[in-house]
Amino acid sequence: MSAISSPASRVWWKQPLDRVEGMWIAIAFVWCMVMFFMMPYWHVVGKQNLSNEAYRTTPEAFTAKTQAMVDKFKVREETDLKVPVVRPPAGSDVYLIARLWQWWPMLELEEGKTYRLHLASMDWLHGFSLQPENINIEVHPNYEHVITLTPTKAGTYSIICNEYCGINHHTMASRLYVVKGN
Amino acid sequence: MAVNRMFRTCPSTGLVYHEAAEKLIRWNAVAGVVALLFGGILALLVTATRWQAIHLLPPDWFYLVLTAHGLNMLVFWIIFFEIAVLYFAASVLLKCRLATPRWAWAGFWLMILGALMNNVAVFRGDSSVMFTSYAPMGAHPAFYLGLILFAVGALIACFVFFGTLVVGRNEKTYNGSVPLVTFGAVTAAIIAVFTIASGAIILIPTFLWSVGLVDHIDSLMYRTVWWAFGHSSQQINVAAHVSVWYAIAAIVFGAKPMSEKVSRTAFLLYICFLQLASAHHLLADPGLTSNWKIFNTSYAMYLAVLASMVHGLTVPGAIEVAQREKGFNSGLFEWLRKAPWSNPAFSSMFISLIGFGFLGGISGVMMGTEQLNLIIHNTIYVPGHFHATVVIGTTLAFMGLTYFLIPTLFRREVMFPAMAKWQPYLFGLGMCGFSLFMMGAGTLGVPRRHWDISFAGNALGHEFPGTAWLMMALMGIFGLAAIVGGAMYLINTVGSVFFGKKIETPGFVHVKAKDGAAPPWQPVAVAITGHGPSIGTAGFVAPGTFLLAMVFLISFVLYYFVNWKYLSTVWPLS
Repeated sequence: MSAISSPASRVWWKQPLDRVEGMWIAIAFVWCMVMFFMMPYWHVVGKQNLSNEAYRTTPEAFTAKTQAMVDKFKVREETDLKVPVVRPPAGSDVYLIARLWQWWPMLELEEGKTYRLHLASMDWLHGFSLQPENINIEVHPNYEHVITLTPTKAGTYSIICNEYCGINHHTMASRLYVVKGN
Repeated sequence: MAVNRMFRTCPSTGLVYHEAAEKLIRWNAVAGVVALLFGGILALLVTATRWQAIHLLPPDWFYLVLTAHGLNMLVFWIIFFEIAVLYFAASVLLKCRLATPRWAWAGFWLMILGALMNNVAVFRGDSSVMFTSYAPMGAHPAFYLGLILFAVGALIACFVFFGTLVVGRNEKTYNGSVPLVTFGAVTAAIIAVFTIASGAIILIPTFLWSVGLVDHIDSLMYRTVWWAFGHSSQQINVAAHVSVWYAIAAIVFGAKPMSEKVSRTAFLLYICFLQLASAHHLLADPGLTSNWKIFNTSYAMYLAVLASMVHGLTVPGAIEVAQREKGFNSGLFEWLRKAPWSNPAFSSMFISLIGFGFLGGISGVMMGTEQLNLIIHNTIYVPGHFHATVVIGTTLAFMGLTYFLIPTLFRREVMFPAMAKWQPYLFGLGMCGFSLFMMGAGTLGVPRRHWDISFAGNALGHEFPGTAWLMMALMGIFGLAAIVGGAMYLINTVGSVFFGKKIETPGFVHVKAKDGAAPPWQPVAVAITGHGPSIGTAGFVAPGTFLLAMVFLISFVLYYFVNWKYLSTVWPLS
């Protein structure tokens, strides 16, 4: 009797396990447990864990906080759109708006310093994708996600959008500057 | 109303077809293949656009075509074919009449209507919202309504399937337990009911929102519930194509399951745990706790992964045992060397098994790990993964089954046998390369669903490394090879079914079957034993398969930890 006909014996569950199957199930189960415990383990010893800190917000409230940061710490403007570049002090709260089809403002952070990055969308879903570091985080409207992060190396990074957000999705790109401390 | 009890027995395979079921299986399979043809043409356009050397479509058309490609392939092709598999696994394998054929037809036409309505909405141009249609990005109401109608039709089909199981049991058309393949189909159908319920919970409010009756759809709620539909529908595919693997192993080799207990328990684990996978898509989202993410993304401690690893061993293991019992018993791999590699049903199934495990399985578990998802989320790695699972795993397995169904179900000869022989290799290996290079490019940060990674004319654009560009070009080349392989399948299938040489059976008639067609129970094995020491080596009945499984495990472990190593080098964040 094969897999497309009924089992030959009514009490098929009494057939003893083959050694091949028994060993494989044991090995596979152990591996599954290893993979499972890697996740809590990394929360304890690893340094890359996505923050659980998030708040409900509104586009207006988030824009107001971002605008306040820009007014205080703007150092220059870039491109024809005059996107402000902001250099907030190390350890502070920094805000980044995602909207159709722009990241606003541009941030300039200090190497080796830790910041609290607040992310929120003004409209649809967007994808915060930091390149070439390749850190990718979903950005929702009405949710303010607070991520504590530490840039490790000075340089010019790109932030692109990797959640499809309409016809000009592929034009949504910005920069993030990491500079050496004084 | 008279119940149709007319059956025919296929002279070449001995399978018994109920007249009404046969017609429904044919029509569902044909509808699926039409969707595959349409989706395949769209696949060509998508590939030729993302391969930036060609960059064929303008952005509006690219996003439109990508939306339609996803829906026609992931939903319409696969679910139509799965309904055919469900009816086959119930009515044909249990040798019983299909319950309520009229309801089955109503379901079929609802699915057709829904598929057409959804496609019309997309091609109107105002519903380029991708397969996922994430609110608050909105589509035309007909987009959601089409999906809802399709789902209602599929739900009816699931209940016709369950009804057929009841008919088989009541009319005693089989003895003892249902066949393993039918058991796998039950698994698929149970997951399908859960999936469709989730789809209803999210798509009905979204439809009402699109016509202005609901004023707000929360984006996180949408993603959480939508993926209970979107990911679970891929789990229907897993259960269905694993059943098809078992079926092809049984058809080609007469292979019986190594142990009914193990294989059925593995299917049971699917039913219990696969639906938690909605979390795979939410690992990079705010507003959900790590506890929730860890428990759900791992299907409660990887118990569904365990089930897949078990099937990955028992399917080739069953083939190995069958081959060894036939006398191909020397060495570790004689059974595999002497397998019918020129039989497209077998080669499709075997490439599907290997590709699904090595490429789709390993990558899926890796990126479904809470922290590792940070370096993968929404990159082109993700479509790389699911083309390995859904195209190499599901579609290729279904293609293999088609080569078996053309003579027995459609009673036609395969029109181009030489083409059929090569098709699984071209399609399967093309898709393997396609998936691998997508994953490679994704590791380098290339986004999915993106029209132009050169950011032409953008002052702030990102410059991807040369390797990423090379990967995308190789993806294009292998993608085109796979599309040629897909076209070969379609030409051969459509040609054979409509214009192939008819297989005439002298004196063919449909026979009216009485209730209780199964012969009386014949006890076969008094003492229930394992396979015994006559085959294999060192007490291992399938040593070759075990060795392959160990190769798989080592690749899995290495790849998994390489990615942790890579993660440990990115910016610390918490």
